[in-house]
Amino acid sequence: MIFDLPLSYLGLQLLIGLQNGAFYALLSLGLAVIFGMLNVINFAHGAQYMMGAFLTWMLLDWVGVSYWWSLLLVPLALGAFGILIERALLRWLYDLDHLYGLLLTFGLVLIIEGVFVESFGASGLPYNKPDLLAGAQRIPLGALTGNEKDVMMMPVYRLWIIGVSLAICLATWFGIEKTRLGSYLRAATENPMLVRAFGINVPVMIMLTYAFGTALAGFTGVLAAGLQAVTPHMGANLIIVVFAVVVIGGMGSIMGSVLTGFALGLVEAFVRIAYPEASNIVIFVIMIVVLLVRPAGLFGREA
Amino acid sequence: MLKRLALAAMVGGLAAHPAAAAEISDDAVRIGVLTDMAAVYADLSGKGSVIAAEMAVEDFGGKALGKPVTVISADHQNKADIAAAKAREWIDTQGVDMITDLVTSSVALAVSEVGREKNRVTMVVGAATSRLTGKDCSPVGFHWAYDTYALANGTGTAVVKNGGDSWFFITADYAFGHSLESDVSKIVEANGGKVLGAVRHPFPSSDFASFLLQAQASGAKIIGLANAGADTINAIKQASEFGIVAGGQNLAGLLMFVTDIHSLGLKSAQGLYMTTGWYWDLNDETRKWAARFEEKAGNKPTMVQVGVYSSVLNYLKAVEQAGTDEATAVSTTLKSMQIDDVFAKGGKVQPNGRMAHDMYLAQVKSPAESKGAWDYLNIARTIPGDEAFRDPAASGCPLVN
Amino acid sequence: MSLFDGGYTIRRFALSPRRLALWILTAAVLASLPFVVYPVFLMKAMCFMLFACAFNLMLGFAGLLSFGHAAFFGTASYVVAHALKVWGLTPELAVALSVLAAAFLGLLFGLVAIRRQGIYFAMITLALSQMIFFFALQAPFTGGEDGIQGVTRQPLFGVIDISNNLTLYFVVLVVFLFGLFVVYRTVHSPFGQILKAIRESEPRAISLGYRVDHYKLTAFVISAALSGLAGGTKALIVQVASLTDIGWQMSGEVILMTLLGGMGTVFGPAVGAVVVVTLQNYLNAFGSLVSIVIGVIFVICVLLFRRGIVGEIQARIGR
Repeated sequence: MIFDLPLSYLGLQLLIGLQNGAFYALLSLGLAVIFGMLNVINFAHGAQYMMGAFLTWMLLDWVGVSYWWSLLLVPLALGAFGILIERALLRWLYDLDHLYGLLLTFGLVLIIEGVFVESFGASGLPYNKPDLLAGAQRIPLGALTGNEKDVMMMPVYRLWIIGVSLAICLATWFGIEKTRLGSYLRAATENPMLVRAFGINVPVMIMLTYAFGTALAGFTGVLAAGLQAVTPHMGANLIIVVFAVVVIGGMGSIMGSVLTGFALGLVEAFVRIAYPEASNIVIFVIMIVVLLVRPAGLFGREA
Repeated sequence: MLKRLALAAMVGGLAAHPAAAAEISDDAVRIGVLTDMAAVYADLSGKGSVIAAEMAVEDFGGKALGKPVTVISADHQNKADIAAAKAREWIDTQGVDMITDLVTSSVALAVSEVGREKNRVTMVVGAATSRLTGKDCSPVGFHWAYDTYALANGTGTAVVKNGGDSWFFITADYAFGHSLESDVSKIVEANGGKVLGAVRHPFPSSDFASFLLQAQASGAKIIGLANAGADTINAIKQASEFGIVAGGQNLAGLLMFVTDIHSLGLKSAQGLYMTTGWYWDLNDETRKWAARFEEKAGNKPTMVQVGVYSSVLNYLKAVEQAGTDEATAVSTTLKSMQIDDVFAKGGKVQPNGRMAHDMYLAQVKSPAESKGAWDYLNIARTIPGDEAFRDPAASGCPLVN
Repeated sequence: MSLFDGGYTIRRFALSPRRLALWILTAAVLASLPFVVYPVFLMKAMCFMLFACAFNLMLGFAGLLSFGHAAFFGTASYVVAHALKVWGLTPELAVALSVLAAAFLGLLFGLVAIRRQGIYFAMITLALSQMIFFFALQAPFTGGEDGIQGVTRQPLFGVIDISNNLTLYFVVLVVFLFGLFVVYRTVHSPFGQILKAIRESEPRAISLGYRVDHYKLTAFVISAALSGLAGGTKALIVQVASLTDIGWQMSGEVILMTLLGGMGTVFGPAVGAVVVVTLQNYLNAFGSLVSIVIGVIFVICVLLFRRGIVGEIQARIGR
């Protein structure tokens, strides 16, 4: 049934799937980095994403700071928030079962969301994206179909999300897998004592890793502000799905979570056409199947 | 506490024999505002509803039949089980005589059921479902401000008459969405329009791109949004990305409140049609009331908040007239009264509990037209009460013969 | 905890005078409580206490964190509501049926999830429960987001009228005590000892010849069945079955109660449940303040009092 649809329509649906996948990829990337380095499952990731969106709104509405500056300032602010959380709370839990990290951050979600509902109400705030990113881009498909009239009208903002997310994901992967700093990080998670013996400050590295993860969540929040209403509950609905993405990809696998994120966005796009009611559940079905076949996820190593 | 329980038992005994009930049970009239304090409907009802109820008591003089009137409130978190339990607790232990607001359909249905079982008046203001005065109607239950039928009728009829005769629905996949879609479909078809299809989206959704594209591909002139709150807001916001309105299709928000417009911003919302039961900028009286409310609450009142005011005020009037706060007697009185206050003029309570009053078809202003915050709507048409609401005889309510 | 200390000696209730006095006092308190506190609130609290204790069988004694227990709790409440309202069954049959349904669901969940550990176990149970949630949202007989409402309390065994809250209280009290007794017996049995051994060191238990998966699965089914008992009873009390009982937030809530009360203690989770339910009830008028307060308490607990309320008290007393 799907293949009866015109290419311009199908192509657009897939591009949108890719854009949703970009959100999954960015968020699960942050989760994977944090889990890989700290062994903490950051339940507060959704709340930090929501904070990013709110901060973007505040910057424009209260101080008049533009979207472009927000892209820089919001991740910095959330990184600082991450450092605060890590220093004050998380670091006391490193020697324990990592379920405690999950539980602590679960408590944080209750607090953060409660505070935002109390201060801003629950019905949402409007954010107007910059004019440069408004409107739609014509993508001609004549070369593919032979019909000059076949064009896709893809919103510029969504193209921007795909592009910038890809860039960030690749840069992160490169930074962790291919640079010297990244190799220290990986080594520190394997054997912190040894790395410390080399004169590297492991606690600071772990702190910065958590800050980087929350900064990524904040960055995704900035992107989301231009796409949907900014509400205190926007992260709560997303985080459960992103968990599933991380598990399917393999906990802690950087490349795994990125690829899985994009791929699941595409799968979801198909389901939204064929059986839209199930589009929220399909990822969980995939997760169960994957875990039955490959217990450590698609890209994870069996522990 | 033991004494209070004994008292409650006694009251229960009295209530079972309406003839024996005279005057005011346990020497006070207690009104419960059961609402959403912190979740998605908190802004359109919530604390504002409580303030409105208190204003009504104040305007009535604080006493009914010489006994003090008190207002208590609680958060039902939009959960039917919590709401039903709270309502029972109020009735059993606090002697609450009337419960109002009840935003969210599932909550309203649950509490209306409790009211029927325990013989207490329920006045639903915030919820939309027309089942409350249809097959689930109650002899002591009232539906005060609006319902899905009136919304469908108001927006649906007007849009079809303006030439929007082919429809496609983006529907939230839950009972409320389904009933809104089916109500509007009937109206559209009765007016000679056509329904081309519908897509059901999971609730809640944050990205509507895929569903909007399906609606766009349908070629329908009107895309009806049979959802509410954040879902509607996101759908409208994202529709502009795909040039849906520029391409000649129009959106119709089927359940929208002024607070939704506030969340959307006029830039995204301008030109939308919506049906509402009240607007603060209708006339001098509404403006004056709204200013008074704003002083206490910090923002302009919504249709639900002023509806709560009206429900409390008229309940108290009915108690005075009936000479008792026994639910059946008060309900009978309410059904014989004419409703005249800042919310409704010449409103009538139908036998199924529906308060029929004038509704308004409004269009959202453009940013240039608006003079500032909360100046959002132009009233396009006043829909007279008997035309706006369903004919009680056709409602399916067993109370109507 | 060593595997061999008292593995097969089941402690008997020795009724010393002191113990007897304690039991009589407890019985007196339980019997008089509904005259002081609103009985429906007490009954709801008992349901959550039982739910938390049942959940803790998995977390505290088998060392497995389930993030999907709401599926059992919620399914049972739907079964009771449907059986009472549509089939017109008597309450005891409806509740029995709901326990069976929950146990069966527990078996299915267990078969899929039991071989996994730690975070993977949590995630699989979460995913499975999301599917049950989806089913409850979509199926025609669950009433979507309205739930099943207006459930009438049919007479118990067809003869005892339980429409009165006070009568129902004593019925629920019996159910509740029965549930807690099952939890207690499960923990203090050879079976419970083996579970603890598996929690302490799974490889060692395997090397001793125990069929580890078998034990874990049995524990999961018992836990699911008791969660079902709690959920089914709740539907009878509040006369509504709705999505609240089956969503992932409910699974999160029961984790919260358990940790707060003290996982690994038999009845600690019940104390945690009372604290959470009471906070929710009495801070209700303050809206989102409830979640902030609970969140703060929870964070403090994770950081400073990981043994939970009861666990800390036991540690102080020096047991």
